[in-house]
Amino acid sequence: MTVRPLPRRLLSLRTREALHGYAFIALWVIGFVLFTLAPLLQTFNYSLNRVVVTVTGVNLTYVGWANYTRALATDPAFGELLIGYAIETLVAVPIVLIFSMIIALFLNLRFRLKGVFRTIFFLPVVITSGPVIRELTEQGAATAPGIADAPAVAEFLAQLPSALRNPVEYLLVSFILILWFSGVQILIYLASLQKVDQGIYEAAAIDGASAWEIFWKITLPTLTTATVVNAVYTIVTLSHFSENKVVRYIYGQTYALQGGIGYASAMSFLYFAVMAVLLLIVYLFLTRLLGKEAR
Amino acid sequence: MQVFHSHTVDRVRSLLFGGRTRYGLIFTTVLYALLIAIGFVYLYPLLFMFITSMKSPTDLLNPLVQWVPTELYTGNYVKAFRVLNYPNALVASILLSVAPSLLQTFVAALIGYGLARYRFWGRRLVLLLILATFIIPPQNTVIPQMLTYRDLGLLGSPLALILPAAFGQGYRSAIFILVFYQTFLSLPKVLEEAARIDGASDLRIFLTIAVPSALPAFIVSFIFSVVWYWNETFLTSIFLEGGVQTLPMQLSRFVQAYENLYPPGAVNIFDRINEAVKMSGTFLNILPLLVMYFVLQKWFVESVERTGIAGE
Repeated sequence: MTVRPLPRRLLSLRTREALHGYAFIALWVIGFVLFTLAPLLQTFNYSLNRVVVTVTGVNLTYVGWANYTRALATDPAFGELLIGYAIETLVAVPIVLIFSMIIALFLNLRFRLKGVFRTIFFLPVVITSGPVIRELTEQGAATAPGIADAPAVAEFLAQLPSALRNPVEYLLVSFILILWFSGVQILIYLASLQKVDQGIYEAAAIDGASAWEIFWKITLPTLTTATVVNAVYTIVTLSHFSENKVVRYIYGQTYALQGGIGYASAMSFLYFAVMAVLLLIVYLFLTRLLGKEAR
Repeated sequence: MQVFHSHTVDRVRSLLFGGRTRYGLIFTTVLYALLIAIGFVYLYPLLFMFITSMKSPTDLLNPLVQWVPTELYTGNYVKAFRVLNYPNALVASILLSVAPSLLQTFVAALIGYGLARYRFWGRRLVLLLILATFIIPPQNTVIPQMLTYRDLGLLGSPLALILPAAFGQGYRSAIFILVFYQTFLSLPKVLEEAARIDGASDLRIFLTIAVPSALPAFIVSFIFSVVWYWNETFLTSIFLEGGVQTLPMQLSRFVQAYENLYPPGAVNIFDRINEAVKMSGTFLNILPLLVMYFVLQKWFVESVERTGIAGE
């Protein structure tokens, strides 16, 4: 029986495993470079240039940061849209989170006709597309019936300072729309609720914990991960949505004579930056808040 | 007497507030009231859409007709059907959502499996970059892609959507990769190790052992992928410029298409475009998805609970 040198054999095994792993993800790495990284860098390059597309090719004239300064300093529409987007997102995220958590808690109970309600609550997952939403909002079907038109509400809105009025108005007008973005989040919450060991609840009940205490001490901490995932998902979905005003503005500028691809690229990166900041704010806020709850 | 009395009180209390085995009457009432209210909020736009689409031009103008049209009028659907070029757009939509979805699901499983089962340098970095591909807005990468496709003559061809999906860069591919990563992490390795000792190759282990055991994840991913591809219009409208037209694309240029078919100057006032026709178009647009949803709804909800979508 020959004794092989052990470390070498271990090393070769490990390299073998790594090579096989790389083989499995090779497709992704190639795709990432071709379809994400290269276009991303190219878009950044465009953002520093004046881009003219002709039949034969793309002509670039280097202009430095001019596109960026134009978006931030000269173009009043873009800055306003960007601020509006940030506020609306920060308003929508907590509503989506709380609403989908409540629905998931409901759907986790035992009651009759559960299947029917479940079917209704997941409908938006299936039918939420840009053009459908646009048609519905145009017809006023996305507004909570009558609420935003009621004179009392209009008077109440007029009393508010304008910094507060916009988010509140957005909330009233787009309430149904916001709820329609909660489908996947309900699923995620429901999935993590179902993973909780029922024994924990029984033990807590035997120890005399009330339903209220059980919610704060057991249920909510188990939903921490799901909440962070949901927050990220919500922000990304809202930001990528094709009817998002900023997205539409950038898309419009791409083909505009005054704007063009260079300007649109610069705005895309500014938009991405704002979105990343929003993600970071919400992420830090949630992990800090829920981190305390868990302890 | 005292005993009897407290017994009745107990029964009333348990009826109202519930006991250890069931919910009380108060709780049940509140629960159903809330569920119905929320259900209504969700169904309201659909109901509105459907009712409006059934209204004849006279019903639309009549302020008394709110929720019950006076006649069964299908003229809007006939028009919307023609304007949307329904049969062609439907086939295009089905092909352009099923083909990329099949590829995307399989490739995502392959990548998720590689990440879950093998240790190699850069694994965490790849996971991080996958998350990044989910976050990067499409408009930050779409223009160079579009120009490249134009140079290759792929603009307007279904390949423009299928190619990224085949490389794990399709629409929301990152979610599916992470779902499969999570699924394979939670599946036991024992069978795969046994097969490896018996001399099976890695690819064969993946295809014959890992894929069948992750079947629920495959089905859920495929369904979601189809739905998301179907509803996606931003990338589709850029990449398919001048080529095949999907249903949502037809819907987004509905007014224009309508006025081509029924020029506003040439037709009588009742045949001009109105909200009823638009709502018919919208309804025809989501009808295939609704049918699919009601047929497959068990898969939407129940298996998501088993596939670990909620992982990190």
